[in-house]
Amino acid sequence: MSVAHTSTAAPVSVERPSTVYFFGTCLVDMFYPDAGLAGMELLKREGLRVVFPQGQTCCGQPARNCGFFEEARAVIRAQFAAFPEPWPIVVPSGSCAGMMRVHYPQLFADQPDRAQAEAFAARVYELSWFLVHVLDLKLEDKGEPVTVTWHGSCHSMREMGVTDEPKRLLRSLSNVTLVENPRERECCGFGGTFSVRQPEVSAAMVADKIASVEATGASEMVTGDCGCMMNISGAMEKSGSRVRNRHLAEFLLERSDVR
Amino acid sequence: MSAESKASGGDGHMGHVTVTNFAGRAHVALNDKPLRANFRRAMDGLMTKRAAQFPDAADLARLRARGAAIKERALARLPELLEQLETRCTANGIKVHWAETTGDANRIVLDIFRSHGVRTVVKGKSMVSEEMHLNAFLGEHGIEAVESDLGEYIIQLAGEMPSHIVMPCIHKNKGQIGQLFSEHIEGQRYTEDVDELTAAARRVMRAKFAEADAGISGVNFAVAETGTLVLIENEGNGRMSTTLPPLHVAVMGIEKLVETLDDIPPLLALLPRSATGQPITTYVNMITSPRKPGEKDGPQEVHLVLLDNGRTRVYADLELRETLRCIRCGACMNHCPVYARVGGHTYDAVYPGPIGKILTPQIAGLDVAEDLPHASSLCNACVEVCPVKIPIADILVRLRREAVRPSASQAVKGGGHGWTLSEASAWAGWKILNAHPALYRMGTGVLATLGNLIPSSLPPLKAWTGVRAKPKFARKTLHQLARDKGFDDA
Amino acid sequence: MPDARTRILSRLRAAPPSPLPDLPDWTAPVYEPAARLDRFRAMFEAMKAEVHDVDAATWPQRLRTLLDNRGVRTLLHGDGSPVAAQLAAAWSGDDQAPALVAYDRAVEDLKDDLVHRIDAGITWASAGIAETGSVVLWPTAREPRLMSLLPPIHIALVEEDTIHDTLADLMVRQGWALRMPTNVVVVSGPSKTADIEQTLAFGVHGPKELIILVIRKQLNAG
Repeated sequence: MSVAHTSTAAPVSVERPSTVYFFGTCLVDMFYPDAGLAGMELLKREGLRVVFPQGQTCCGQPARNCGFFEEARAVIRAQFAAFPEPWPIVVPSGSCAGMMRVHYPQLFADQPDRAQAEAFAARVYELSWFLVHVLDLKLEDKGEPVTVTWHGSCHSMREMGVTDEPKRLLRSLSNVTLVENPRERECCGFGGTFSVRQPEVSAAMVADKIASVEATGASEMVTGDCGCMMNISGAMEKSGSRVRNRHLAEFLLERSDVR
Repeated sequence: MSAESKASGGDGHMGHVTVTNFAGRAHVALNDKPLRANFRRAMDGLMTKRAAQFPDAADLARLRARGAAIKERALARLPELLEQLETRCTANGIKVHWAETTGDANRIVLDIFRSHGVRTVVKGKSMVSEEMHLNAFLGEHGIEAVESDLGEYIIQLAGEMPSHIVMPCIHKNKGQIGQLFSEHIEGQRYTEDVDELTAAARRVMRAKFAEADAGISGVNFAVAETGTLVLIENEGNGRMSTTLPPLHVAVMGIEKLVETLDDIPPLLALLPRSATGQPITTYVNMITSPRKPGEKDGPQEVHLVLLDNGRTRVYADLELRETLRCIRCGACMNHCPVYARVGGHTYDAVYPGPIGKILTPQIAGLDVAEDLPHASSLCNACVEVCPVKIPIADILVRLRREAVRPSASQAVKGGGHGWTLSEASAWAGWKILNAHPALYRMGTGVLATLGNLIPSSLPPLKAWTGVRAKPKFARKTLHQLARDKGFDDA
Repeated sequence: MPDARTRILSRLRAAPPSPLPDLPDWTAPVYEPAARLDRFRAMFEAMKAEVHDVDAATWPQRLRTLLDNRGVRTLLHGDGSPVAAQLAAAWSGDDQAPALVAYDRAVEDLKDDLVHRIDAGITWASAGIAETGSVVLWPTAREPRLMSLLPPIHIALVEEDTIHDTLADLMVRQGWALRMPTNVVVVSGPSKTADIEQTLAFGVHGPKELIILVIRKQLNAG
């Protein structure tokens, strides 16, 4: 019996490690690998050894959210095997990080490998939170002036306790003007299978999200979650919006390290 | 789409849920522009007002922790507290009745009314009486029950269900209400003036209050320690219904208990602020007994009907039990991005919004409402604001699980109803691919090369590409790029 | 066959036990004595109630003006209460003053007047609450429940030093749990509704106006 308590995960250790794992997430792997690579480069540039286990696959969230817990657990156990060392696991997605940090212990509460799940969960960090609180990242802006807005993902805010960390990073860039979206905290309507099970409601939500992003006047929307991005940018593309979408890692890396 | 088929009380189901058709109803609601505007405006206002009531996050966290613990304690001790409440109420002169089903509860109420020759009844707002479809039931037995809460009165005139648990006619605008009043209230001209409409309701209601043989109310909190029924409201209709007629019948779900009177202030600090963003309701009405000798008003008899209606089944499962902490503030729906767009009627149930999405399937069964737990993006906005910290998103997922793989205890009626071979096969395939890294790398490698050839007419993609471009597979996966760039594997 | 009560309780008892958590710390707000009345007044005024400072000897004159401004013709008071005596004394011989009506019989014999004819009702408040801007009505045989509900205007008299910080504080200090009356009501404004388009409207069922008379200890000093 697992008694569930969704709560914002308590911040864990902020000691600077020498080596970190990077969990790319399956969406980034297949659709936004540049975002993942940028995250790894940012960490590497700060002098960390970044390990990307080739054995990693998916965090298991899609199956868990649909109620297929056994299938999810089988996939999660593959992640346990792929990340054996006690290093922090940095994740460029609040949603996948939230799955690992908050829901692994729940899913394994009545399983023999419960302790492993809890230890694994305690090592999980959302990328922007890690950059701010563990690495105290300082950035020098080398880019042209640009106006951007931020899209915070539901799970980064409400499961990982990420509040203004990404915006702090954006504001630290001298040529970047950050404009607030009054509806920043509202879900974009992705929700994994929700977007295909309730396509019309999801479509209404993403249409409103796009309208709120466009109303900010920003030329670019930066986000920390590729699920949201796939949803929002896909709908923007279909509706002919001119607002560009990018993952925070890619944006930060490009601004501070003109290649 | 099912018609407004109000069950007549014998069925023991919550709501007139037949088979929910969320997507179909959502389609209608999403295309109703005035409705969407009504909800959006209302929800935006409610969210702003709530936020203004809780300026200090740490204070709010302490208060919510207290609220959650109060309800957890009450649930942990529920059977003994129910007995204590009964003992105290009885000692105070309140007659206590127990009902397993809504049908039983309706018959109990009817019997009380018949034995007193009751013809007309005024009602304060009560969600439990909505569960019972009490008005319709009494009507069928020749007793006129008039809703006295303005919002409830309006939807009663319109023959509708509440679309919100706190603000039942939030889906209507003043033009629609002006029209209803001019049709149903004698001598009332069409107007959109809110003060005039309110005055018209006062006029009608005054007469009803004066002539009513009995009053019906719900209960916000019942205090086991003292046998006190606590009712909160802004209008005064609840006080009228529980004070002016000679007979008062209160109906409550068995989970509405708290241990002590000291539990009331923190819950009062949470409920109105979470619900409507007001520091407190105009009236907090605490009823402990019927009229005593020498007192000049108040009902001569007070009855309390305790309703189960599936709650004991919810109670039997420790995770699902947390649903019963709910204090019915409606903050979850006020903050729900789905509710804000589709409105309350889309849920086709007494309790809409996030709390309805977890409550309705547990009471009516997953065979009836399997789609409701999936009508959520799991964004957690409801979890963030719930004053008693109900893990709504986790319970949604638990119900999704019960729908495809029921627990050994058969915790929820209709478990397994959502299982399909195609979905189960898809997850089996997903598991094989993702639990075997070599297979995964091969599969994602193939998708990087050929994935963009997948036609968008494939069912899941088809739903996706209605309003979105097809996702584009990158030419190289992150696995490949990481290796190319020399990142260590271990 | 066991009855519904037995079946419900036995199902609950058959369920797995859940832990009994301790109540985590929570304390209601505390105000400086000097700030208490200000808070009381500000909260009430935000709810569209009027708060007037009066003194124990002359409040009937003040009330007279307030009621005159509203065209009040009849004022309901408790039967044989000190309020009634003071009003009668102060207004005696003043044939322009509102007619004083005592709630001196059971509601069944007074219903029509109460529901349709009385303009205003005056009651004591047993206490005030600063946090929320509230008065506590503790109805008695002398001052029944409907006095504060049916007339379109409700006047509540409250003594300054009965204003407490919070309901939590008040309940504990006065030991409510041991002496709950038939009915106690915490009132925080006039009757109101926002059911039509979230537009506030007053007096939907109960009083349209709530007037609080705070009897100050030393009005001149305050």
